[in-house]
Amino acid sequence: MEELGLTKPKGLKAEKKGAQENYLNSRTGFLSWIVTLDHKRIGILYLVSILTSFFLGGMFALMVRTELIASGKTIMDAETYNKAFTLHGAIMIFLVIIPSIPAALGNFVLPMMLGAKDVAFPKLNLLSYYFWVGGAIFALVSLVTGGLDTGWTFYTPYSTITTTSVSAVLFGAFLLGFSSIFTGLNFIVTIHFLRTDGLTWFKLPLLVWALYATAIIQVLATPVLGITLLLLIAERLLGIGIFNPALGGDPVLFQHFFWFYSHPAVYIMILPAMGIISELIPIHSRKHIFGYKFIAFSSLAIAIISFLVWGHHMFVSGQSNLANMIFSGLTFAVAIPSAIKVFNWLATMYKGSIRLNTPMLYALSFIFLFLVGGLTGLFLGALATDVHLHDTYFVVAHFHYTMMGGALMAFIGGIHHWWPKMFGRMYSERFGKIAFWLVFIGFNITFIPQFLLGIQGMPRRYADYPQEFTTLHQVSSIGSYIMAVGFFLTAIYLVHSLFRGKPAPANPWGGASLEWHTASPPIKENFLSPPQAYDPYDFTRLVYQPDREEYILREEINPSLA
Amino acid sequence: MKGAENVHGGHGQHAHLAHHFTSLKQQYESTKLGMWLFLITEVLLFGGLFVAYSVYRANHPEIFIYGHKYLDTRLGAINTVILICSSLTIALGVRCAQLGQRGLLILFLALTILGGLGFLGIKYVEYEQKWKHGLLWGKLYKPQAHSEREMNSVESIENPENRDTATTNSIPLGNAQTASEANNGADTSLEQTQSTGIIVEATSRTNLNQAETQGHSPESATIEDKPKNVQLFFAVYFAMTGLHGLHVLIGIIAISVILVMAVKGKFSPMNFTAVDLTGLYWHLVDLIWIYLFPLFYLIH
Repeated sequence: MEELGLTKPKGLKAEKKGAQENYLNSRTGFLSWIVTLDHKRIGILYLVSILTSFFLGGMFALMVRTELIASGKTIMDAETYNKAFTLHGAIMIFLVIIPSIPAALGNFVLPMMLGAKDVAFPKLNLLSYYFWVGGAIFALVSLVTGGLDTGWTFYTPYSTITTTSVSAVLFGAFLLGFSSIFTGLNFIVTIHFLRTDGLTWFKLPLLVWALYATAIIQVLATPVLGITLLLLIAERLLGIGIFNPALGGDPVLFQHFFWFYSHPAVYIMILPAMGIISELIPIHSRKHIFGYKFIAFSSLAIAIISFLVWGHHMFVSGQSNLANMIFSGLTFAVAIPSAIKVFNWLATMYKGSIRLNTPMLYALSFIFLFLVGGLTGLFLGALATDVHLHDTYFVVAHFHYTMMGGALMAFIGGIHHWWPKMFGRMYSERFGKIAFWLVFIGFNITFIPQFLLGIQGMPRRYADYPQEFTTLHQVSSIGSYIMAVGFFLTAIYLVHSLFRGKPAPANPWGGASLEWHTASPPIKENFLSPPQAYDPYDFTRLVYQPDREEYILREEINPSLA
Repeated sequence: MKGAENVHGGHGQHAHLAHHFTSLKQQYESTKLGMWLFLITEVLLFGGLFVAYSVYRANHPEIFIYGHKYLDTRLGAINTVILICSSLTIALGVRCAQLGQRGLLILFLALTILGGLGFLGIKYVEYEQKWKHGLLWGKLYKPQAHSEREMNSVESIENPENRDTATTNSIPLGNAQTASEANNGADTSLEQTQSTGIIVEATSRTNLNQAETQGHSPESATIEDKPKNVQLFFAVYFAMTGLHGLHVLIGIIAISVILVMAVKGKFSPMNFTAVDLTGLYWHLVDLIWIYLFPLFYLIH
C-alpha cells in the first residue's frame, strides 16, 4: 500500500480522454490560466512561480556555499558574494517562504476545506498573484541593474548610500507585501463567511486555524513594512532624512520598523507550516488529533506574541537594558505555544498506525528540525549568550533550521500530501523517500557545522574566513550539494508523475477533511453539492479499499450506517 | 446599516450575487468585513508614520515647536472643515443610495468630490509656499533668512514677534549649545549641503559663534534660536501629509467612479455596497486628517 511506485503508462491516454471534467481541463489555453479567477488555478500559478523562485534562490545559495568551500577567493569577489547572499535571502524570504504555504497550498485547499466554491474575493486573489509577479519582476530588474548588497534586511544607513539598485528591490518588496496582505485579507473573510452549513469553528481543520492566525499577522504587520519601504525609497530618491543620521534621522528607528514587520513575518512563515503538520500527522497516523483546541489557540497565541518580540533582533543595537530584558522575556514566551503544538503532535502519534510515506517523513523531519531551530532560538533570546552569538553563523544555522527545516520542509511535505488532489496523479513513493533522505541528511550536514562555526565566532555574511574554519565550511558546502541533488530528484519525479504517474483516487491517504471528499483533481466548482460538515479528524468513518487503493466512507459500503 | 436588512430577503440567484456566495447577506457581510480589514491595513500604514512622529516629537520637542510656526493654521483649519463637511456629504450619499434616491446621490457624490478637490487645492497652496521658501524635508531643506521673516508675518495668525520671544525663552541657550555639540556629525553634513545652497546666512545657525561673526542684525538674533534638525519636522510633515494627500486623490478617483456608476443608474436599495465601501474609505481619509491637523498645526 505504501509503495505506490510508478505504473506502466499503458492506457493512460485513453483514461485521460475519458476522464471527467475537472478544473484543469474545463477550460484550456494560456489565457484561461492567466486571467483565471478559480482559487485552485491561482494556487497552481503561485506554486509554479514560487518553485521557480525557489530554484533561483537555491542557485544563489549554491554559489554562496561554493565560494565558501575554501578560504580566499574561490569563484567570485567579495562584492559579488555580498550580492549573492543578499539575493538568496531576499528571494527565499519575500518570493518563496512568505507566500509558499498560504498563497500556493492555502489557496488550493482552504476553500475546499471549508466546503466553499472559492475564496471570498476571487479577483483580489488574482490581483494578489499579479502583485507577486510585479514584485518578482522588480527583483529581477535589480539583478540585471547592479544587484543588491544590503542583505535582505536593508539596514540603514548603508542601504541609503550603496550604489546598487536598492530602490527597485524595495519597491518589489512593497508590492510583495501587498500581495501578502490581499491573500491574508481574503482568507480571513473566507474563513468567517464561506464555511459550509454546519462547519463550526471547532470543526475546521487545523490548517485553517493556522492560516487564519497567519492572515491576522499578514494584515496587521505587513502595512508597517510597506510604509518602512516607502520611507526608505523616499530616503534614496528624495533624501527625506527620516532614517539618515546626517540629517537628524534615526537609523535605529528603521530597525524597529523593519523588525516590527519582519519578526511577525517569521510567524507568517512558520504558522502555516505548523498547520500543515497538524494535518499530516493525524492523517498518516490514522488517529484523531490530540488537543485540537490547544493547537488551534496556540496558533492565535503565537500570532499575538509575535507582535511583541521584535526587539530581540536589536539586543546589540543600543536598546535600553530594560527594553532588552522585556523583549528577551517575551521571546521565551513564544516557546510555550510552540511546545504545546509539538507535544500534541507527539501525543497524536502515540499508539497511532504510523505510515512512513513521503509526506509523513517530511512531517516528522519538521518536528525534529523545528525542535533544533526552536531550542537554539532560546540561546539567542537569552541576552548574555546573544551578545556572543549575534551576527554569527549560529544565527544563520538557527533560522535555517526554523525557516528551511521548518517552513520549507512542511511546504514540501504539503506538496506531496496534496499532489494527488492537485493534479490527480500519484508520484513515485520510492523516489520520494530517496529524495527526502537526501534533503534531510544534506540539510543537517549543511547546518550543523554552521552552529559550530558560529560558536567559534565565524561572523555571518563574510566572503572569507581564517584557515581554521576550513573543514567545517567544506562539510557545510558538501551538505548543500547533497541537498541540491535531493531537490533536483524531487523536481524530476514530481514532473514525471504529471505525465506518467498513476491516476490518483479521490482519497488516497484517508483524509477526513472536506477536500478529500471530492474528485482528484476536483471539479471547477469543487463540490457537486454543498458538502456536509463533520469532524475533520474522525478517521473511523473511512475504510480502505485495497482494490481501488483508496479510502471511502463507511456509509458508501453499507448505507444503513449513514 | 438598515439597508442591509432589506437586502437579505433575496432567494435564488440574484443578479448582483457572485456565483460563490450563497446569499446576498453573505456577500454583503463578506465585502464589508473585507473593507474593514483593508481600512485596518491603511491605519497601520499611517501607523508607522505616527510612530515616527511620536519618537521625534518626544526626543526633540523643540524642532516641532519651532517648525509648526511655518504652517498656516488658518489654511489647515479650513481644510479640516472642508473634509468634515465632505464626510457628511458622502454619508448622506450612502443614505440616498440605500433609499434609491438617484438624483440626491449624484448631488452628494459631486459635493464630496468638490470637497476633496478643494482640500487638495489648499494643500497645493501650502506646499507651494513651503517649496518657494525652501522649507522642505531632509537634504532639500534650504530656508531663506529673508523669507523666513516674511513667512512669519504673512502666515502666522498670531504675532510672530511674540512667538519668537516665546521660543527664545523656552529654549535656554545652554541647552542649544550642548545640542549642537552632540550633533557635530550632522553639522558638518548640513554645512556641506548649505555651502552648495543658494542662501547661506540663515542656515549656518548651527554654530552660534559663526552666526555672531556674520552680524548682529535683529533677524539673525531670531534665527539663532532655531533648533537643530528642523528639516526633520518638514520630513515628517511632508511624509504624513503627502501620503494623506495621495489617499485623498485616490478617494476622489474612487468617488468619481461611483459617481459615473450612479449616473448610469447602477445602484439600487438592493445594490449599494460600492457606495457604502467608498464612503467608509473616505471617512478614514477624513479621520486621518483630523489627527494630522492638531499634531502639526496646533503645537504649543
